[in-house]
Amino acid sequence: MEANWGTLLWQGGAVFLTLAVFSFLYADNPFYKFAERLWVGVTTGYWTMLLYHQGFRDKVIVPIVYEQKWYYLVPVLLGLLMWFRLSPRLGWVSRYALGFYVGISTGIFIPLAFKTAIFLQVEGTIRPVAGFWPAVNFTLALIGVVCALAYFFFSRPHTGVLGVMSRTGIYTLMIGFGAGFGLTVMGRVALLVQRVIFMRDYFVSLWGSLF
Amino acid sequence: MKKQIPILIVFVTGLIMVLQFFVPHAASEFLFTYANDFVIVIGILALPLGIFSLMRGTVIKARKDPRERFYAIVTIVGFLVMAIANFRRDSGPDSLAQNLFSYVMIPCQATIFSMLAFYIASAAYRAFRVRTWLATVLLVTAFIVMLRIVPLPEPFSSWNSSLVQWILAVPNMASKRAIIIGVGLGAISYSMKIILGIERGYMGGDK
Amino acid sequence: MRDGMAWYDRLLNIDRRWIYVLMALVVIVPAVRPFTVPVGISGEVRAVHEAIEAQPAGGVIHLAIDYDPSTLAELQPMAEAILHQCFDKDLRLVITALSQFGPAMVDELVTRVATEHGKQRDVHYAFLGYKPYPAITILAMGSDYRVPFPTDYYGTAVDAIPMMQDIHNFSDVACVVSLAGGNVADMWIQYGNAKYGVPVALGVTGVMASDYYPYLQSGQIFGLLPGVKGAAEYESLRERPGQASRGMPYQVTSHLLIIIAMIVANVGYIAQRRAHAGGR
Repeated sequence: MEANWGTLLWQGGAVFLTLAVFSFLYADNPFYKFAERLWVGVTTGYWTMLLYHQGFRDKVIVPIVYEQKWYYLVPVLLGLLMWFRLSPRLGWVSRYALGFYVGISTGIFIPLAFKTAIFLQVEGTIRPVAGFWPAVNFTLALIGVVCALAYFFFSRPHTGVLGVMSRTGIYTLMIGFGAGFGLTVMGRVALLVQRVIFMRDYFVSLWGSLF
Repeated sequence: MKKQIPILIVFVTGLIMVLQFFVPHAASEFLFTYANDFVIVIGILALPLGIFSLMRGTVIKARKDPRERFYAIVTIVGFLVMAIANFRRDSGPDSLAQNLFSYVMIPCQATIFSMLAFYIASAAYRAFRVRTWLATVLLVTAFIVMLRIVPLPEPFSSWNSSLVQWILAVPNMASKRAIIIGVGLGAISYSMKIILGIERGYMGGDK
Repeated sequence: MRDGMAWYDRLLNIDRRWIYVLMALVVIVPAVRPFTVPVGISGEVRAVHEAIEAQPAGGVIHLAIDYDPSTLAELQPMAEAILHQCFDKDLRLVITALSQFGPAMVDELVTRVATEHGKQRDVHYAFLGYKPYPAITILAMGSDYRVPFPTDYYGTAVDAIPMMQDIHNFSDVACVVSLAGGNVADMWIQYGNAKYGVPVALGVTGVMASDYYPYLQSGQIFGLLPGVKGAAEYESLRERPGQASRGMPYQVTSHLLIIIAMIVANVGYIAQRRAHAGGR
């Protein structure tokens, strides 16, 4: 960190906010509430202007006002119809615009979801392999996938063969959740570590500037 | 009229976009490109609704609840200062906008999420019990995966590393694949219900 | 309440704030006494590194820096390492930031790293910025970058950017590397790879990492950087230790605490269960 007093002041503010948020670990308190509400306000202000510059200006003002692409008035009108949602009496008007948005998004989603989540995943499960250990792993993975899917099949009671498959499936799922937890710990700790390193570097800079 | 026409719009546009996927003609690609473009613009104009609702709620809170008034004012002042600071598109480094981003937004957001490290430590101590065989399997797997970070003496380090790689690539992969397929089937069926007008929750109230 | 309590009951009912104190202490230890941690390289991380290494000078990569401050700790080291590698190899970069709180962070990062390498904006890299609705934006970029991004982050018309003259859509980029802290990663797979066939690699947080191995196995992604360890592995491959490598000692002490906590808690639990079973 630089030993520039302006920067140190800003960094000091950041350290104060960091400690204010951490104070929640002991109990909810006014410092935490202050930091949290300040964050909400600043974040909302940032996103508002980002949306204006990157969204509204680039995709509404520039095409219509500067490039005279008048067909953009159609989605603009539909977008403005969405604001009727705020009116208790005329809220139904927003459904026309919402219909276009939902219809187009959903229509695009369905075939791509089939391909991504179903076809390619099933193909990956049954793709041929060569070699002994790859064949063992292939078999274990195939059994794991089929049994885990059997666990989610609730149209029949989990008895007999389905019961055995379902039981195998839940154990497979537990291994997946355990692996997920192990990696989650690493992820959560990384966030804390970054804050600790930031505060350490600040206090070292401050000490260096003061003495 | 208030419901039937929107349902018809969803059905027609949804069906067109599904069929478009299978038609490689230039006209189909043209339709796809401009449908996406239009949806982006509709969305851009709709998003401020959320911002407006949030700020309206905050102003109402500032007026009505004396205990929350100070914090509501903090939110509103933070919003206004950040919005004004970002009035210019490219404020540049060392600007008020960049400093507010780096020294207010980043610390607050990063710290709020970093508290999860404490919660996960607490959860690991207080909730992870070998009550059943299932819980034991979960615990042992988590234990093996976490051990990968710790520098063990050889050959344990190599064995653990290989075991973790195998766990991630085979049983974990199988488990997550089943979830992907299950969730995918659920999402596809829900989307089809939306297009067919069976699912109407997106339309809001029954007026 | 403490009088007459068995040791295992006291152990299992410790106030959670003591655990927070222990966590804070173990995280401070490496800050005071640093040490290095060896990092092994996994195949999925090496695949990303080799894919970028294989690009010729002047090749184009789309770097989608789709994270925000809440996941900065894990994903920024990856972003830095990849940026350094791409600039070392004189690759051209198309950069987007589809996370709503990320663009200013991405701007600062890319400008800083590019300046270190003497790279110029619009000549060696183009930062297109942010648009809402990542799924629709990705679909639109696949048709033509100019549809969702008529201008870049700074307001320059994309058609006026020298670097973008011969880059129109995903078929003009070698691959997409998305560093995502949320479901934008899924969107790159579903809307980028599935629709347009562009090769996609992901850098994700530890929380998400285990969910993407099915996509790695099926070939829908060609590489995966799982969390801060993936970032440390990448830095190790680059022989350029950075934030991730510096964070690994803290990971070791924290993981040891959690492992010990799990063992101690279960020792207490088993003792409690036996005592209650024996008492009946």
